[in-house]
Amino acid sequence: MPTLFLFGASEGGLFDFDATLPLMAVQVVLLTFILNALFFKPVGRVVEEREDYVNTSRAEAKKKIAEVELLETELKDQLKEARLEAQKVILEAEQDSENLYKEALALATSEANASREKARREIDSQRDEALNQLKSEADNLGDLIIERLLAKK
Amino acid sequence: MGFLPFVFPFAELEVGQQLYWQIGNFRIHGQVFMTSWLLIGALLALVVIGTKKMERDPRGVQNLLEFLWDYIRDLARTQIGEKVYRDWMPFIGTLFLFIFVSNWGGALVPWKLIKLPSGELGAPTADINTTVALALLVSLSYFYAGLSNKGLRYFEYYVHPTPIMLPFKIVEDFTKPLSLSFRLFGNILADELVVAVLVFLVPLVLPVPVMFLGLFTSAIQALIFATLAAYYIGEAVEEHH
Repeated sequence: MPTLFLFGASEGGLFDFDATLPLMAVQVVLLTFILNALFFKPVGRVVEEREDYVNTSRAEAKKKIAEVELLETELKDQLKEARLEAQKVILEAEQDSENLYKEALALATSEANASREKARREIDSQRDEALNQLKSEADNLGDLIIERLLAKK
Repeated sequence: MGFLPFVFPFAELEVGQQLYWQIGNFRIHGQVFMTSWLLIGALLALVVIGTKKMERDPRGVQNLLEFLWDYIRDLARTQIGEKVYRDWMPFIGTLFLFIFVSNWGGALVPWKLIKLPSGELGAPTADINTTVALALLVSLSYFYAGLSNKGLRYFEYYVHPTPIMLPFKIVEDFTKPLSLSFRLFGNILADELVVAVLVFLVPLVLPVPVMFLGLFTSAIQALIFATLAAYYIGEAVEEHH
């Protein structure tokens, strides 16, 4: 009788229910508690600790990056200011040197003018003198020539 | 399947033969417990080895265990929801691991080499007692989950969204364990039978792809059982608005 054999009317069969069922249920419940104690709790603790560690590390890193960025902007500002100041100083120095140059030039020009004027005046006076002398000498010579001519006659 | 013992009366294929152990007035299927103890022992050994020295940088078996833990957590969390999945994760995980180990153990270990006076060793999940036990545990769990989370308001679920659903929801309470247990039982038993018949008919090459298919089915069945169990529990603790 195949149906009896398979469906377990008396002995064996595919659908042979007996104390295996409750015992297996108890066994699985026990296994649940054992695995909870040996597997799920410890592994969960380790995994969650690591997740916490990663999260806190990431948060710390983010905080540090923010600090670094803040410092960077500050330093950039400082650098900018320093650059501006340097430019100002350079500009001032350029202006100063230009002024000095101009002053020196003006002084030199005026001195040169003065000395040239003086020289011209000296030259003029000497020329006048020389002319006067020449004139007087010429007069003398003329007088002499006239005397001599007159004396010969 | 009823014709099998008659088509192959001389085959080494034994369907529905049990090795009985007598305990007081009760009889139990010895071969189911023998294989389940061996496989649970292997599972526990793996767990003990893997958790012996756990570190923040996982090494060796710890990686595997953490992968499994993560997988089970994702499964439980997506099906049950963020609020209570922690309470049910060990149960869902145990179901998954026990069924997976049973299915694969039944398919991978050459049990046929060990002769028993009656019946034969195989996957514990190929015995209807095991699958019904598991399915009834799931039923108890989702009732317990619903009642402990929502009290008597759990029964609102039966008239949600309309009271017309009441008979269907009541029928569901019976069909859920029935479908859970028979799906697992049928798949694993059919897989074992197909492999056995093929090995008997064509002992070379041909059974190998079927064996691989069997491994695939075994893993899928463990996943399906655990996912459905988690889904039923999630359904029971879900808040309706």
